Amino acid sequence: MSETLTSALPGAEYEGFVTVREAGLQGMITLRGDLGSKALAKAVTKATGCALPAQRQITTEGDHALAWMSPDEVLILCPHDKAPALVETLSEALAGEFATLANVSDARAVFRLSGAGWRDALAKICPVDFAPLGPGDLRRTRAAQVAAAILVDGAEEVRVICFRSVAQYMFDLLKTAAAPGSEPALYR
Amino acid sequence: MLLLTCPCCGVTAEETEFAPGGEAHLKRFGPGSADEDYESYMFNRKNPRGVHFERWRHAYGCGKWFLAARDTVMLEVFGTYPAQTTEPPAEIVEKIKARRPDWEGYA
Ligand SMILES: [Zn+2]
Repeated sequence: MSETLTSALPGAEYEGFVTVREAGLQGMITLRGDLGSKALAKAVTKATGCALPAQRQITTEGDHALAWMSPDEVLILCPHDKAPALVETLSEALAGEFATLANVSDARAVFRLSGAGWRDALAKICPVDFAPLGPGDLRRTRAAQVAAAILVDGAEEVRVICFRSVAQYMFDLLKTAAAPGSEPALYR
Repeated sequence: MLLLTCPCCGVTAEETEFAPGGEAHLKRFGPGSADEDYESYMFNRKNPRGVHFERWRHAYGCGKWFLAARDTVMLEVFGTYPAQTTEPPAEIVEKIKARRPDWEGYA
């Protein structure tokens, strides 16, 4: 019997002063190790096409991306169905390296915020000044009471990643923050 | 409001993004040590009104531990530095002395 995989809140969508959408299935692999290692960088770039990102940055190549999560952690983003094979490929390539890999695709939920007001919406729920953040930047923080990673994909496009167990909480939170007419208009 | 700069990821964030970890630079006394040393290690903590050295963790950020020198009254932060440091670094001590000339020093 085949398993039907679904994302946390399939099809969830809300039209506010920014649009909030659950982004669907997203392959995510946590890579921890010595990011200064040349062998590691080479193996990861070969497998994903992306260069290792600098501190708090994202590098993208086609449908793959690497996100800097901490001094020894990179989140690999890839198509959901390719994640298991990518883990295998990388495990082999990193056999002698100080590194660990884990497919965390189904442990997370991803939301997409579209609209010029994303900074205004997120500023209500995160203790962060979003003014300096632009495309290619990543910021890990909290959204109200849960951990969140914010990936800035474009001038009017960001993704918010959280644990799958708090997906409904996050969606409700983003809906409230994006409610029409509630823009704090901090960023103009 | 307390603002800390995480030396591990470079983010300057507000206190609620971090988790406090108590006094920094504790020397561990384990099995075989004198009772007074062990008791002191386990239970006795400085509780200064003023300059203090603390452990903090960037809990909602990069997840790493680091150390911070700050004033417990004014919330002024003199600096943050790596957790792999057994005593306050010289440049932090200099900064504190410049800001608090009557500080008795780290002991
Ligand atoms: Zn940090």
